[in-house]
Amino acid sequence: MLARVLRSRLATLLFLAAVIAVIPFLAPSAFYLRVAAVVWVFALAALGLTILMGYAGQVSLGHAGFLGIGGYAVAIGPAQFGLHPVLCLGLGAVLAGVIAYLVGRPILRLKGYYLAIATLGFGVILALVFHSESQWTGGPDGMQVARVTLFGWRLSGAANWYWVTGGALLIGAWLALNIGVSPTGRALKALHDSEVAAAGAGIDVGSRKLAAFVIAAVYAAVAGGLMAAMNGLITPDAASFMHSIELVAMVIIGGLGSVLGAVVGAAFLVVLPQALTFMHEYEQAVLGLLIMVFMILLPAGIVPTIRNWLLERLS
Amino acid sequence: MSLLSVEGLGISFGGVVAVDNVGFAVEAGQVFSIIGPNGAGKTTLFNLVTGIYTPLRGRVTMNGELLTGLPPHVLARRGMSRTFQNLQIFFRMSALENVMVGRHMAERSSLLADLFGLPASGRQNGVTRDAALALLARVGLADVAQATAGSLSYGALKRLEIARALAADPKVLLLDEPAAGCNAVETEAIDHLIGEIAKSGIAVVLIEHDMKLVMKISDRVLVLAQGRRLAEGTPREVRENPAVIAAYLGEHGTREADRAHG
Repeated sequence: MLARVLRSRLATLLFLAAVIAVIPFLAPSAFYLRVAAVVWVFALAALGLTILMGYAGQVSLGHAGFLGIGGYAVAIGPAQFGLHPVLCLGLGAVLAGVIAYLVGRPILRLKGYYLAIATLGFGVILALVFHSESQWTGGPDGMQVARVTLFGWRLSGAANWYWVTGGALLIGAWLALNIGVSPTGRALKALHDSEVAAAGAGIDVGSRKLAAFVIAAVYAAVAGGLMAAMNGLITPDAASFMHSIELVAMVIIGGLGSVLGAVVGAAFLVVLPQALTFMHEYEQAVLGLLIMVFMILLPAGIVPTIRNWLLERLS
Repeated sequence: MSLLSVEGLGISFGGVVAVDNVGFAVEAGQVFSIIGPNGAGKTTLFNLVTGIYTPLRGRVTMNGELLTGLPPHVLARRGMSRTFQNLQIFFRMSALENVMVGRHMAERSSLLADLFGLPASGRQNGVTRDAALALLARVGLADVAQATAGSLSYGALKRLEIARALAADPKVLLLDEPAAGCNAVETEAIDHLIGEIAKSGIAVVLIEHDMKLVMKISDRVLVLAQGRRLAEGTPREVRENPAVIAAYLGEHGTREADRAHG
């Protein structure tokens, strides 16, 4: 019974919803809600990578580029064209999807390190574009993002953004869980294990990888758009290489291919730096050390390790 | 017109001719075996036929339709299925899921239906699961359906690959050493299974080193040596062919055999 619960989609969603619902009652101040909202947004971006890396086994080291596309769409659309921010969030997602499709077609033929390096190059190029096209992007200093108004209601304050980002994360988790157990998800997991055997079963390996890449890009763009709108500011740093690495690290620390793992990984890498600030100059070193310790002790990632431990105890 | 027809197939790697001008034809319901010493080019021939390598020369046709140069997943959609000498199992999935992947081509649900968890996606999962369970039962793996593939025995994995290949409803099934590393009981089971598959009208192309198995179930046997066709015929013809005996036993072995026969 409990073993079934641990594997069920609904239980995962309910658990996540419960966590999102409970935190505001435990948080002593708005600051904590703000940190939590940042976690939800990064978790959303990491969920896209869970589909790309965890299910399909393809590495992207330039994924923050799509974060940037979503963020700048929400910034530039209202400022330059007078479009509604929510519309721009959608447009940014579509744009990221189209760019992922065009870029992914040639580079997804590469495997392993080569794919990683090609996506890294792609991310670096996007960061450069955000840096240098200052008439559009405001250059290195970035640009302001107009406040979002929905049906006359001005979206602001940590609490409001907490619920918006939490809701977005729940939807993202629901989609990722759906695809995980679907024919498409099976095809992605199959090509992860053996491309030859997957192709032998009639799976168009190239087009399935491309689909996963496009989905992951859309996730990142939506997350980037939410982040920019929440912060009221976007800078080229959003698309930086460090952010790409962070996203990958979140997925791996939390547990490759696990939806809850993406959330736990995001929490790990967003909350720990905040929690370690009292260490001042040692903060980065301790953070690095903790990441190493976790990877050595829990190589399968936090969530899969706990789940397997529970399943073993139950059986 | 044969179901599967291979003509003048050839490929070389860096100047080494791995398969040279090999041809054969297989009819529906036939078991066609390819034998030969290690390094004779048997698996390379499979890879050429199933589109993993593109042949430099020659052509592959199925029911007269040209297949040469098509990628593996397209060939699979035309009815060509195979198993692999070095197991290509989806090790992190359950045995059931492995076979469910094999049903991929029969699945009719869109990416969007899968994303939004629409009823169509769930129904498709149910249909696929039932078909996969039936296939697992057919190869005798029903009781380990939920087990992770990585935890199964070698012999079970060999049969799992066959079940996955059958899940694609193939017209032609290529089996690369299905009995390798299997004990006598497992080999017996595979022997029986191959017979049943052929009886259902599928053309079976078999690479196998177990001569007892080959001679028992094959309709025709092709012998390869150093990438070339050495002989082809019924099991009996091949067994008595002096060139085949020489290739397998060597000059010395042949002399020894002659002496033994007196």
